[in-house]
Amino acid sequence: MSEETATLTLTVNGEQVTRTVRVRQNLVDFLREELGFTGSHVGCEHGICGACSVRMDGTVVRGCLTLAVQCEGAEIVTIEGLTDTGEIADLQDRFVERNAMQCGFCTPGMLMTAAELLAQKEEMDRAEIREFMSGNYCRCTGYHAIIDAIESVNNARLKG
Amino acid sequence: MKAPRFSYVRADSVDHALKLLDEHGEDGRILAGGQSLMPTLNMRLSQPDVLIDINRLDDLKGISFDGDTVRIGALTRHVEVLKSDIVKEHLPLIAEAMPHVAHVAVRNRGTIGGSVALSDPAAEMPACILALGATLVLQSVNGTREVAADDYFKGLYETERRDNELLTEIRIPSQKSGRVSVFLELARRHGDFAIAGVCAYGTVSGRKIDDMRLVYFASEDRPVVGANAIAALNGKEWSDETKDAVCAALENDLDPMANLHGSAAMKMHLQKVLTGRAIDAAVARAGGAS
Repeated sequence: MSEETATLTLTVNGEQVTRTVRVRQNLVDFLREELGFTGSHVGCEHGICGACSVRMDGTVVRGCLTLAVQCEGAEIVTIEGLTDTGEIADLQDRFVERNAMQCGFCTPGMLMTAAELLAQKEEMDRAEIREFMSGNYCRCTGYHAIIDAIESVNNARLKG
Repeated sequence: MKAPRFSYVRADSVDHALKLLDEHGEDGRILAGGQSLMPTLNMRLSQPDVLIDINRLDDLKGISFDGDTVRIGALTRHVEVLKSDIVKEHLPLIAEAMPHVAHVAVRNRGTIGGSVALSDPAAEMPACILALGATLVLQSVNGTREVAADDYFKGLYETERRDNELLTEIRIPSQKSGRVSVFLELARRHGDFAIAGVCAYGTVSGRKIDDMRLVYFASEDRPVVGANAIAALNGKEWSDETKDAVCAALENDLDPMANLHGSAAMKMHLQKVLTGRAIDAAVARAGGAS
């Protein structure tokens, strides 16, 4: 079978882009290889690790479990875009202060998922935060510092 | 770990999807949420010729209640079921099960219809709809038919759905007043595939159990009604003796498949433990002393 391609137009980090893609290319490979947004990482490629988490039309999704061609007309935000808007600047500062990363491979995915948690503006205890974050693997930190950082930012925002 | 080559078609109406399904038969595959299909493509466990993307078919989305039955469109995403007030009020079993379905990002994309159509043996939704006596609506170019959940699950990833049929809706009778439901699951990590699981749905008066239905998942090749366990349970007062009798009877209902998560014997043990806990919880929820 010859390689099928399709042309799609979508918005990535606020900018409209049009590209011709192989229909079997997944979203995270498209973002990394065609657009150069290498902040989204490719880990397990079957939806377990969460390193490829990106925002699609307002909610966090697995970049490895969505085809690029499915994103016609969609609004995609990667960690680069989320950083530029400042939406989670407080969380990123807190990750640094609390040393909530070691190798950093999982960090973009952690931040994308945590951004959705913070956007809910709900009081959450540590167990609830752990459950919310349970789809993102970290093999270095033991999670404690990550949960600390998210908890303190969520609490600070709710008070603020 | 990259998907094999395939053709991709975005269906622009249900009729369009049905035509494509009819045309491609078993070489076509419906792409709904993709949260199970995409891993199998990436790992090259499946190699369909054509993916038929139904994600734009808004007719297949939504949850409604007509006073008796909750209708859930097949393309309704797990997150929408999780947040639905209709589901919370009328299908508490599903409301209790939904947080166990994968993780946030997967629930944002995955659909209830995809889960039921695939019928993964460890999946929660097939077991829930079997416990609740749901009806599945299957459409093809030849028309529409309704299949009872009792007749739908045939084997490992095998269902009553034909290759040219699209699951369009799940109709679930609302939980009647006086009834109680319990969902329990064991998994290595919350949201991961279940090692063992049970749905219990029935009537409890004091400690007396009636019309209780027990459905088991994750240990068999498909969700299974525990007919012998149910026979040992209904009409009885819940006690240690009843629990022992129900667990003994369960041996005749289940023939667990060993997998990475555990041996057959371990899974049988866990299903018995969950059975006891489920009825304990049902009695407690119904207001009886436990």
